[in-house]
Amino acid sequence: MNSNTKNDGLRTRVGDMLLAAGRGFVLAVVSLPLAVLCFTLAAVSIALVPAGLGIFTTPPVLTGVRTFANWRRVLAAEWSGVRIPVKYRPIPEGADPWQRTVMMLGDTATWRDLRWLLVDMTAGFVTALLPAVLVFYPLEGFVLAAGLWRVISDAEGGPYWYGFVPVDSQATAFAAAALAAVLLVVAYRFTPALLTAHFRLTRAVLAPSQAELTERVRVLTETRRDAVDTSAAELRRIERDLHDGAQARLVAMGMDLGTVEALLEKNPAKARKLLAQARQNSAEALEELRDLVRGIHPPVLAERGLGDAVRALALRLPLPSEVNVELPGRAEAPVESAAYFAVSEVLTNAVKHSGAERAWVDLHHTDGMLRITITDNGKGGAVIGAGSGLVGVERRLGTFDGVLAVSSPAGGPTLVTMEIPCALS
Amino acid sequence: MRVVLAEDLFLLRDGLVRLLEAYDFEIAAAVESGPELTRALAELQPDVAVVDVRLPPTHTDEGLQCALQARRERPGLPVLVLSQHVEQLYARELLADGSGGVGYLLKDRVFDAEQFVDAVQRVAGGGTAMDPQVIQQLLSRRAADDRPLAHLTPREREVLELMAQGRSNTAIAGQLVVTERAIAKHTSNIFTKLGLEVSDDDNRRVLAVLAYLDRDH
Repeated sequence: MNSNTKNDGLRTRVGDMLLAAGRGFVLAVVSLPLAVLCFTLAAVSIALVPAGLGIFTTPPVLTGVRTFANWRRVLAAEWSGVRIPVKYRPIPEGADPWQRTVMMLGDTATWRDLRWLLVDMTAGFVTALLPAVLVFYPLEGFVLAAGLWRVISDAEGGPYWYGFVPVDSQATAFAAAALAAVLLVVAYRFTPALLTAHFRLTRAVLAPSQAELTERVRVLTETRRDAVDTSAAELRRIERDLHDGAQARLVAMGMDLGTVEALLEKNPAKARKLLAQARQNSAEALEELRDLVRGIHPPVLAERGLGDAVRALALRLPLPSEVNVELPGRAEAPVESAAYFAVSEVLTNAVKHSGAERAWVDLHHTDGMLRITITDNGKGGAVIGAGSGLVGVERRLGTFDGVLAVSSPAGGPTLVTMEIPCALS
Repeated sequence: MRVVLAEDLFLLRDGLVRLLEAYDFEIAAAVESGPELTRALAELQPDVAVVDVRLPPTHTDEGLQCALQARRERPGLPVLVLSQHVEQLYARELLADGSGGVGYLLKDRVFDAEQFVDAVQRVAGGGTAMDPQVIQQLLSRRAADDRPLAHLTPREREVLELMAQGRSNTAIAGQLVVTERAIAKHTSNIFTKLGLEVSDDDNRRVLAVLAYLDRDH
């Protein structure tokens, strides 16, 4: 029983060794030419971008590189349990070749892929081949000792080198076999680990660096906290508005109606007055609810999307404004909402503080970015900083990795630019 | 007068049916979704359509879109659009074809049954009924950057607001409790000050006012 398990254990270890050797061999043989091919194509294609041709070849070539890298990620996970995170920036549907090229070349993951190809065709090739060599080379030593040495030394007329052993007699052939046995023991112990080492090397080059991930986590933690704070404040505001506004009016209305009921017979004139008052209260409650809804999710935004919502917003401004919209689709609802309120806040600022006579809003979507610029011809001097409404805008956009830039020299004009990465549907 | 009514909330639809029937309208159909509305407008050829902006299946501006589409197929088809909120953007779209017979009101204008019915009748007659909120927004914005409006007296501004909603001189006189002759004098003053062409036609008068208020700066 005991020796059986031992035998089984030995069999699995030998199986693992052979499997790792076989896999390493296949990996080395297949990936070297592919890595060389991918790297050459990518290098040529990128070099041709200035000439124009590269714009059309680069996206498919880089997509090929990504497929190749992803295949290796899958192998790493399946064969050695090494997980390599994938982090390519998404490319929007329907981007033209130029946008694709620019976006792919702007992605640090692309350059990481290319660097990995270089490593893979050298150090990667060696580490993949080593397990195979360790398993198959000892076989030669045994065959030499079994008599092959005679054939070879007759043919060559000198010693045949097996490793560091010059084989020219049965004794040296046995020495070669002994070396082979040692190598086999090494192979038996280390082959699977060597294959894992190959994939570790792949991960070291291909995975996003720790610093990058740490920074990303920091930014996400911060924006999440901002988002939670903002929405909590928003809920408090809504609750307060309802409590002090619509709710109070409905209570007053109910009281008026109760009094009307009592007065109907005795004092119809007074009852009529109270009825009018109740109706007035209901109209005002509606008005307050309407404002509240506009503050949560503006109706035009819900009905038509960002472009028309901003147009409608501009029509309600006390100053004339021009709105230019080039959005071929709709962004996700939370992004639309954040963008809308950001625009609304910036325009409100312009109306309140800038003394502007006109405003211009421009919305468009390029390279996976929603870009919004708001210009006014006011007196300038707007800054992002303590007490400025622009901090709120910045936070709002930050939740979606959006950024805000303000150019507002004293004397004007003020130019506010916002960018939010997003895809349109 | 035959009405097609589109409103997805049962309570409101029911209330509107009863209100309109009480004022001797004939409800040709009371539907609750965009596609039904489109079919009803095409098959029943009503004298006027009363339509909620937000309708199923999309629950966006389906009602408005159906109404605009129906008016493209049958120009001048009287349509009164009701909404929980009024937006100048939508008001412009309704007025854009310039053929009149449109109205755009907040739903709560129904509270004042007589004024609401008056609006339906005005629209059915080819006039306009614009919500006071739309007009006030336009006026306050014009006032900020326009000199001629600043020259109007408070009374003239009141008259201008009512005129832009689509009311006739008689109705304005009734509301402000003055004689029709006084209103006629006010309106001609307003037209002179704003440089608008005088027109006897109610509908053209409103469109002229709106065009002035809304014209590009």
